Amino acid sequence: MSTQKMHIDRYERNWMIVSAVLLVLFASAVSVAAFGMGIQVPAPEQRVNPNTVATDPNSPWSNPGLREVAPGKYDAYILAHAIPNWEYLPKEISVPVGSTVSFYVTSPDVQHGFKVQNTNANFMVIPGQVSKLTVTFDEPGTYNYICTEYCGSGHGVMYGAITVTP
Amino acid sequence: MNQYQVSPAEKKFIGSHILVAILALAVGSLFGPLQAFEHAGWDFYQYLKPFIKSYYQGLTVHGVLNALVWTTFFIMGFLTFLVIFGLKRQLKNPTLNKVGFWMMVVGVVAAAIPILTNQATVLFTFYPPLKANWAFYVGLTLVVVGSWVEGWGLFMTYAAWRKENPNERTPFVAFASLITAALWQICTLGVAVEILTMLLPLSLGLIDGVDPQLARTYFWFTGHPLVYFWLLPAYISWYAFLPRQASNSKMFSDSLARLAFWIFLVLSTPLGFHHQYVDPGVPPAWKFIHSMLTFGVFFPSMMTAFTVIASLEMGARKSGGKGAFGWIGKLNWSDPSVAAQLLAGILFFFGGMGGLTNASYNVNLVLHNTAFIPGHFHLTVATAVTLSFMGISYWLVPYLTGRKLWQPKWATIQAWVWFVGMIIFSNSMHVLGLLGAPRRVPLGLAPYVPAEWNSRLFQVGLGGAILFVSGAIYLLVMLKTATNKERVESEVIVPVADSLQDVAQTPEWLDRWAPWLYGTLALIVVVYGPQLVDQIANIALTSPGFRVW
Repeated sequence: MSTQKMHIDRYERNWMIVSAVLLVLFASAVSVAAFGMGIQVPAPEQRVNPNTVATDPNSPWSNPGLREVAPGKYDAYILAHAIPNWEYLPKEISVPVGSTVSFYVTSPDVQHGFKVQNTNANFMVIPGQVSKLTVTFDEPGTYNYICTEYCGSGHGVMYGAITVTP
Repeated sequence: MNQYQVSPAEKKFIGSHILVAILALAVGSLFGPLQAFEHAGWDFYQYLKPFIKSYYQGLTVHGVLNALVWTTFFIMGFLTFLVIFGLKRQLKNPTLNKVGFWMMVVGVVAAAIPILTNQATVLFTFYPPLKANWAFYVGLTLVVVGSWVEGWGLFMTYAAWRKENPNERTPFVAFASLITAALWQICTLGVAVEILTMLLPLSLGLIDGVDPQLARTYFWFTGHPLVYFWLLPAYISWYAFLPRQASNSKMFSDSLARLAFWIFLVLSTPLGFHHQYVDPGVPPAWKFIHSMLTFGVFFPSMMTAFTVIASLEMGARKSGGKGAFGWIGKLNWSDPSVAAQLLAGILFFFGGMGGLTNASYNVNLVLHNTAFIPGHFHLTVATAVTLSFMGISYWLVPYLTGRKLWQPKWATIQAWVWFVGMIIFSNSMHVLGLLGAPRRVPLGLAPYVPAEWNSRLFQVGLGGAILFVSGAIYLLVMLKTATNKERVESEVIVPVADSLQDVAQTPEWLDRWAPWLYGTLALIVVVYGPQLVDQIANIALTSPGFRVW
């Protein structure tokens, strides 16, 4: 067995300490944002059958759209599909400024993305899964939601829009 | 200088890897600029319709050939060289390595046919339920299994060497290569299971559906360590070759270099969920744990930065370099191999920062699948790795072929042109991503592109054009070198640097495999096990395949 000790240069040791401290700082910043400020990534919401999710009358995505669940609070059921023509249903939504909207998005065919521009809502849409994130719209304007994952020939034209009215 | 002589047959074998790699790079790189030009509004794809049906088919060719084929073949060739040269020993079972190599070649051909005939326009991530022609999946499987077989050949060679040299420290270049090969064997299990249990049976019509979420989990089990499989061979060159090439220096710290490689082995795999932060089917707690481990794997890269820069500085000061940064001018910038690797390292600094940003859990909400991501990995795999490999080839190809490097001045220019083109291309992609531009989209045609993106989209095209020029110079230099009538005067010296420390003083625990391997597997079980069990137990093979291109 060996008794050699590892040689570490003084500068090298200091550098390693600085590196470790930096990484701990970064990790702390992320943790504060996640648990202190509540900026969270999507969590498992619900699993569905992609073959029936768009047609089963009991599925909210057979009639996609906006539902007001409380004053100023909305659930938006959005279907992202490649077949037949790469679009979101509904293509357009309108809410008054100050509204809080929970997006519930799923796909009956291939994987898609869903990113609401200028917000933190950005997630994968995966057949068989329901993706959910919630956004409060404090500024009036038009917010496009765009597809961010390759889903076939029409991927580049797949988008919709939320109008936030004053 | 009495260096170990690699046999002509082995040189030829290693050279065949490099040849396939460069051919893949040549074809794949034709399409990179076409994507960039499209962004700038110059759509050449409309003229290519008889051969290439779409932007997405071109993107698939570019991604598969450059990110998977160029890298894997170059790496397996370079690792084979490093093991033979480092251990000063012939391959234990050359036939086994040859079998592995030819499996990889057959695999590339099998995958290329459906890609080029538009039957596998699924990009290099091939997420199901996109369904490609079965030959695509068979080809990928052969490439992966072939690289395993070559890896086994290297491990057997090491085992034989260890038997003959029971008390010696494994020479660093061989040691680091074996760890890289081991990392690859472990992490590719994910994609192997994905292809064999879902994608291949689906494409053959043996099953009716797949579980796309579970497939993503399998894919990213492989997908992130893949990055380290690309990067570690470049690190080996930065640690063990660059100091001697750039400033006739030595490797600053042998023990810490070895420790860094072990940490890479342990930490590279159990952090794949940082590619799935915004997947619906993975609990946030596991995503958070993987994000913390991702910060951990940044640590050995910081150690690498120290050792490499210290090694370079030591040599540069000896030859009269002064000042906090003035010594950098004393490095041997006129050697194209040095210029390429130094420029690759400089851009890797920014690639590392972008990587940390991506890895930062909720920050990823802003960046996920935006143009920031390809902007990032063109600094890592397409510069830190690719430009370093180009630099390595500037001495390795003359060494393997016995032919002089054609016009070293042009080779140096090539490295600088790549550097400039990549700064323009990558910077504009990062900014576009922050503005909200998605990746994998022909942005020149997308209906939602606001006017404020236009100047950046133009820069993407400009950067692509400059990179195209650099790629063309590289291919010209390689072609002219491979056919150069001028032979090298004597055997090319392999520019491997000695260690500053006496290697015999490197602690023995840094040269023992079992504890590190067990540790690696244990961490994978702890950090991946529960989610794998849960997702497999709840598997729903309900998603039928689609061909949507």
